[in-house]
Order: sequence, then structure tokens, then C-alpha cells
Amino acid sequence: MAISSASVSLSENLTVADPRGLSDEAILDRIQRAAFGYFTETFNRANGLVADTTRPGSPSSIAVVGFALSSYPIAVERGWITREDAAQRTLTTMRFFWNSAQNENADSTGYKGFYYHFLDMQSGKRVWHSELSLIDTALLIGGVLIAGVYFSGSNQSETEIRELADMLYRRVDWSWAQINKFTLSQGWKPECGFLHYGWEGYNEAAILYVLALASPTHPLPASSYSAWTATYQWESLYGHQFLYAGPLFIHQFSHAWIDFRGMRDEFMREKGIDYFENSRRATYVQREYAIHNPHEFEGYGENCWGLSAGVGPGDRALRVGGRLRRFLSYSARGVPYGPDDGTIAPTATLASIPFAPEIAMPALRYLFERYPEMAPERMLPSGLNPTFPGNGSAAWMSEQYFGLDQGIVVMTIENYRSQLIWNLMRRCPYVTTGLQRAGFTGGWL
Amino acid sequence: MDQHKFERLVLPDESYNSALLQTAHPPAWRNPEPRDKYNLVVVGAGPAGIITARAAVAVGAKVALIERDLVGGECINVGCIPSKAIIRTSRLYAEMRDAENFGAQIPTGIKIDFPAAMERMRRIRARLSRFRGSAARLSSVGVDVYFGEARFAGPDAIVVDNKTLRFKKALIATGARPKSAAIPGLAEAGYLTNESVFDLTECPRRLMVIGGGPLGCELAQAFSRLGSRVTIVQDEPMFLGNEERDAAQILSDALARDGIAVHLNTQTVGVRVPGKEKVVDLVSDGDKTTVTVDEILVGIGSKPNVEGMNLESAGVEYNSEDGIPINDFLQTSNPRIFAAGDVCSEHKFPHIETAAARIVVQNALFFGRRRLSALAIPWCTYTDPEIAHIGLYVTEARAKNIPVKTFTVLMHEVDRAITDGEEEGFVKIHVREGTDKILGATVVASHAGEMICEISLAMSSGIGLGALANVNHPYPTQAQAIKMAADTYNSTRMTPTLRWILKQWLTW
Repeated sequence: MAISSASVSLSENLTVADPRGLSDEAILDRIQRAAFGYFTETFNRANGLVADTTRPGSPSSIAVVGFALSSYPIAVERGWITREDAAQRTLTTMRFFWNSAQNENADSTGYKGFYYHFLDMQSGKRVWHSELSLIDTALLIGGVLIAGVYFSGSNQSETEIRELADMLYRRVDWSWAQINKFTLSQGWKPECGFLHYGWEGYNEAAILYVLALASPTHPLPASSYSAWTATYQWESLYGHQFLYAGPLFIHQFSHAWIDFRGMRDEFMREKGIDYFENSRRATYVQREYAIHNPHEFEGYGENCWGLSAGVGPGDRALRVGGRLRRFLSYSARGVPYGPDDGTIAPTATLASIPFAPEIAMPALRYLFERYPEMAPERMLPSGLNPTFPGNGSAAWMSEQYFGLDQGIVVMTIENYRSQLIWNLMRRCPYVTTGLQRAGFTGGWL
Repeated sequence: MDQHKFERLVLPDESYNSALLQTAHPPAWRNPEPRDKYNLVVVGAGPAGIITARAAVAVGAKVALIERDLVGGECINVGCIPSKAIIRTSRLYAEMRDAENFGAQIPTGIKIDFPAAMERMRRIRARLSRFRGSAARLSSVGVDVYFGEARFAGPDAIVVDNKTLRFKKALIATGARPKSAAIPGLAEAGYLTNESVFDLTECPRRLMVIGGGPLGCELAQAFSRLGSRVTIVQDEPMFLGNEERDAAQILSDALARDGIAVHLNTQTVGVRVPGKEKVVDLVSDGDKTTVTVDEILVGIGSKPNVEGMNLESAGVEYNSEDGIPINDFLQTSNPRIFAAGDVCSEHKFPHIETAAARIVVQNALFFGRRRLSALAIPWCTYTDPEIAHIGLYVTEARAKNIPVKTFTVLMHEVDRAITDGEEEGFVKIHVREGTDKILGATVVASHAGEMICEISLAMSSGIGLGALANVNHPYPTQAQAIKMAADTYNSTRMTPTLRWILKQWLTW
């Protein structure tokens, strides 16, 4: 199926309005609707796969499929698609994954219940020499479990969805990926076995551990979670004490599914806050960094911030304003240790809204005003770089759109508006079990 | 008595290196006649051996020092000193290229003069050798210096140059040599190590550095700045495997900015020499690459020099991979024989040897019970920016169940760093939670090696982080970053209760 490469404007009924005349709620509604359009536009009806980006020829990313599955219930509740349509999309997706090739071959779809990070959109086979990915499988399963809770009807489709959700979850052999007594590998390749590096330091793997600890078939031991938290860095930066991670998406991804407010594991009990508050502080640190702007990039400031994983102007060195600037393509940019090439990620700014709406909304409004190519009715770009030359007073903006970015937008805005995904996940017994086994108490548990 | 014959040449064979030889291993040296009994015989005239010998002789001991190669050891001759000299020149070239960032114009027609840089290094090395690596100076302060291979002849005797030296106590400080890599084709292709890289007079057009530890990173950056096209290969996911991740990340970015092709998580699986070039095959997580270079520098660690000394006859246990095991008092399995430095230590930096040497003198010659573990040992990797560390890492502290709090000051918050255009890096100080006891620190900054000294002083003197806020620093200096971290610590002690009390007090 053809995937549109140009800026995708999917809100058939929404004309581009001046954001200054819109309420916060109206702005968020438009942004969310536009973001959801990514999942209908890049969806393959034959197998349920969703493209990684809008670039022609892009493969599917299983993490993006996970975001898609999580977004369908939202779209139903918002009235953008029918429940039947959502159920059909979900069923197609789950049937594909359940029936897909699971073996050690280099061109299968998965192995041991995990799936390769990138799959061919048509055939569903592994592409790009990608790794059997733990975290991306976890995000996919997050979407699977959401669907398993949401589609609670007694008709055949929804019953089958629930059954497949459970089967897909139970099939994942999390314990196989434990490469030594405590450490989980990030992935596996048929060419070289487990990847050389594991998970060190706080990152987006919280959801991975929660799901893996709770598995009734192949659980990880609780000690693997504490082995991970033992690598955490608690830092004091710009006057904020918090659990550090450089790129903003790390502080956001697991929260898209799980409501961490008020609950604490052993680490957070020792520190006296929770992971939600931590993400709030991390957001403030990101903003503070932009105010300091150590590399003196254009545009950075109190209303223009947010370094995360995303695409940039491309791997090249250019002289800009008398300084040699090295730009990057796709990179996990981070605060404060870098890399930083002057690119901010507007979707990461957006996804900060639940944690720090008082600084995220003004930043969003500022971006729309300052860079009119961005509008609530259009998908937010993956990267915005005001330093990159040749744009006049405007900024370089990425042309392709990324499924991960649009997915976090849809889910985050929904949690902020109605807590739908958080509420659904609370009803998933595996998530409750996983959190408890990880040592969490308090909050909604 | 025959004078000791020594055919060694330090390459290139020119005036500074000849002078070096005259100082560090005089061709005409006559070994002295042994005394009845020495209080202390030291095997190995590197930093550990020399400092111990000098300290022992200064307290009146009868001391012999045996060296088979160059006095001054690796440090003076093929390690710290030559590398720091060329690093300094390389930094100058980097700053010239970066002139616009300092509001200056890039000089036109910069031509890198590699031979001149190396000549300066040789000149400095020869000059320092006169003070730090001189057989004659050691002899003049009363150390009996012997050149030759030492072999133990029992628990209290050593033979060198057919002379038997009897001792009460001995110190083995024979250091280590570069480890060779078991890579197919590498030996046939030929490669450099730190023992040969400083012999170069022409800059390799393309250089591959295998090994991402301190040595590999320092020299990769220096050679890149001196005009070589450098590729660095590290088999781990980050450089400087023992360091903090953020420090390693900053270094990785800095090397990439210098134009070095960085290959992390990559194995070197073979070297071929189809013509004049060396073709290196690399593999990373199943993906293969090939790089063509003119020279290969291997810096993957060192192997302790323990062979050929007949240690067994002295009852000294050893292992050819790890060296000589020692207890916390630096004693080997023979309590009368000590060991210090690269031959036994896990950490391979000269100031450790200096500190260890002082312990040896106390423990060996007097009734000292000073412990190695009591030392707070800093070290520094002299890349740009420099990376210095002392004490525990956060992961080490947490593995010991010590709750840790980290106070970080980014160099871009430090005024002098901004005026100097040296904003890359940070100061991180780790304290035991609930106290101000400093457990460790990492500094990444242009002058991290200098900055870590203040923290080293605090740790060895038992001064906590809170007290460092009272230490006055001239303004503006980069070292102020440490005071800023201390100020942040103090501000966290302002609890709401305390704030309320102070507010009540101040309502006059």
C-alpha cells in the first residue's frame, strides 16, 4: 500500500485555525486528532502492520504497532473510528503476530515470543538486519494488553482479541533474555546471539520489567529489577534532585501505559518521590538546559526545549554564524551531556504536558506562533532545528513523521484529558502483578 | 669486573635520545660491588622503584636498585611524559583550527609539523630524565644502582650481573609491558605499542587504534589532531570501561568531533597486508566492516613483568596474567618481599606507585602497618576534555549498599569555563546520603587533572563536601565548580523546619 510522503493532513474537517484563539483543550484535541491520523494512514489492512515513518519504503516498527493498538480505543472513545473498525484492525494485527514465523532464521518475524524491531510492511519478515528487540516487544505487548482489556464485548471478534492478547503475552519468553544472573540483554540477533550491551541506568524499560516480572509462563525474577535499579543515577542538576536520564522520551514512554502517580518502588521510597514527580523534574531540567543553552544554538529558551530521540538535519558539518556545527540525523539527544546539535523534539515537549502543563503548554503555544509551519491540525514534526541554515527566520523541520512520536502524542494527551489508558491498564492483572513483584506500593495499587 | 654491556638504542638515534641513554642507561656504567647486606633491594627503576629507593636512602637505609632497561621506567620513557608532551602540541593545533570559537581568525595555511612535535617530545623527555630517570643522580644520593637482569637466589638474595645482593627486605617494581592481541595476521602485519609509537618521526597518514582505554583514547585524539586519519576500535559499548557512562559519552562525542571514526562494540577479527597497506577486518554485532590503514597502534592493556626472576626460589607467588598478588600492606606471599606498581596493581597510574612506595618504606623498614586501601587514589585520562576520578563510583557504592547522593555542576554553569570556551564537562561529587562524607568524584573538564586535586585533598584529610563550601577560591576559576557543588549540598540541608526557624529569628 502506498504511504504518503508529504505532510499528511488528515483532519478532513478541521481547518488550520490560529492557536491564539483556541483554548488549551481545543489545541490538544486538534493535535491528538492529527497524530492519530498517522495510524490510519500508514496501516496495512492485510496484516495490521504500521509503518515506522512516513518515508516511502519505510518498514514497520513493532513498537509503533504497540502505540497503534493503544490508540484505537482512544479513537473509538473520541468518535474518530467505530468500535467495529478498531476491533477489526486490532484482530488483524494480533492474528498476524500470533501466526507469524517464530524461529531462529534470519528472515522470520520473531523468536521465543519476541519480534524483530523492524518488519517488512508487506511480508512481515525481519528487515534492516534488525535485532530481536526486548523493549520494542514490550511496547507491542503493552498495546496488546490494552486491547485485551478494552475489547470486553461478548461478540466473536472481541472474544478472540482477548484470547489472542493473553496468548501473545504468555508466549514471550522473557527469562530467556537474561544473559547472566541479573542482567537483561537489549536484544538478540541470529548472526551473533545476544547483543553485547545490557540495560544500564534508568531508561524506558520500566514497562518491560513490569510485564516480564508478571509473566505466568516465563517470568523474570524480582532480583533482575533491583539489579537494574542498582544502576540508576540519582543526580542533582540545576537545583533539581532527580533520577537522571538524558533524552526526554525515557521519562515518558512507560508512563504512556502505566499511571505511576503515588506509587513507589524501593528506590523511590528511599528518595521520597515517585516516577511521575521524577518526570516532572526531568522536564524542568530540560527547560533549564535550554535556557542555559551552552552551545548557543538558535531558538532555545524557556519556551523552546525538549531534547529526545528523533531525526535531525542529517550527518554533516557546516559553518553557521562563524561556528562549525555538526548536525546529526536520527539520534537520542540528551540533556545535559548531549548529544545536542540544536534540534528539539516538539512531540517530547507535548508529551511533557501531564507532568508539567504549566511550562509545556506555553512552550507549545510559543512553537506554533514562532514556527507557523507547525499547527495543531498537522502532525508535530520529529525534529525542529532553528540553527540549521537556509530557512530564513524559520527553522529546519523534519519532513518525515515518526510513528513513535505520534503514538506518544495520542496516548499522552488522552491520559491528560481522561486517563483512559491508565485506567485500562489498571484493569490488567498482569500489570498489577508486575508492579507488585517489582516492589511497588501505594498509588492505585 | 666487566663493565655492563648495553646495546640498546632509543629510536630515532639522534642527540636527545643519546642524551636520554646517557642518563637512563649509561653505556659505560660500572655496576658497584655489593655491600654485605642491603636493608632494601628494589627490582625495577620505574616511578615506584625510584621513589622507594630515594625515600629509603633518605632515612639512612642501605639500598640497591636494579634495572634491566631504562631508569625512569615506562612513565618517563614510553608513557606519561612523552604522551603528555605530544598531547600538548596536538591541543595547540586543535585550538588553532577552532579559533573562530574564541573570536579569533584561523591562521591561514596551518601546516602540521609532526617531526617537530616529536622532536620537542624527545627534548622534554631527555630533560626530565636528567631529574627523574638518572642513574647517576640516584647513585650520588647513595643508591647502589645495578644494570642487568635480576634473578632471585632464595628468599633473601638476588643475583645481577654475576653479583649476589643479600637483602633484609626487597621490593619488586618491575612494571608491565603492553599486552599483545591475539588477532590473526596482526603480528605479521606489524604494529605499534606505547613502547614503539614514540619512535615515530613521520605521522602515519591513516592510523587504527585498537583499544579504547586511557592510552588508546589519548593517543587516538593526539594523532588525529596531528594530522592522521584515525579509526578507534573498542570491543565494549563505551570507552574507558571503568568510567562513568556520562564521562565516556562526552569523550565519545569529543573524539567524533575531532574527526575520529569511532567503532564501539566492535571486535578486530583479522589483519591482511595485500600490499603496502594494512587492511583490518572488524565485526560489530554480526555486521562486518573493513578499514585500510598505514599503521596500527594496539593499546589493550598490559602484562606484568614477572618472568625470568626466579620468583619461586624467593617464595613469591605470581601469575603471568595478573601479576603478583599483594596484601593490603603491599606484601607478597613472602612477607619480607613487597611489590608495588604495574607488576601487581589493578590501577596503572604513577601517582599510585608514589603513594604505594611511601607505604613500602614505612612497612618494610620500620614497623609500619600502613594500608593500600586507606589511600584515596585519583587518576586522570588526558584526553580533551580530561576525565579524572577518585574514590567510589555510584555503582560501586550501591553494590555495597551505601546510599549515595550525587551533586553535579555542569561546566557550562561555571563562569570561567564560559569565558575560556571550555564548557564541556561536569563535576560530580558523590556523598554518603545523610552525611557530607565524600565517597568519590568524577570531573570531566579541560583541566580535570588539576581540579581533582582539591577533592583528593578533602578525601585524604577527612574533609566533607559541606566544608568545601567554606574554602575560598579566587574568582573566576574553573575549580570553583567544586565549591558550587558544595554550595548545592548545603542548600539541600535547608529543611522547611530550619527555614521557618530562621524566618522567625529574622523578624526583628
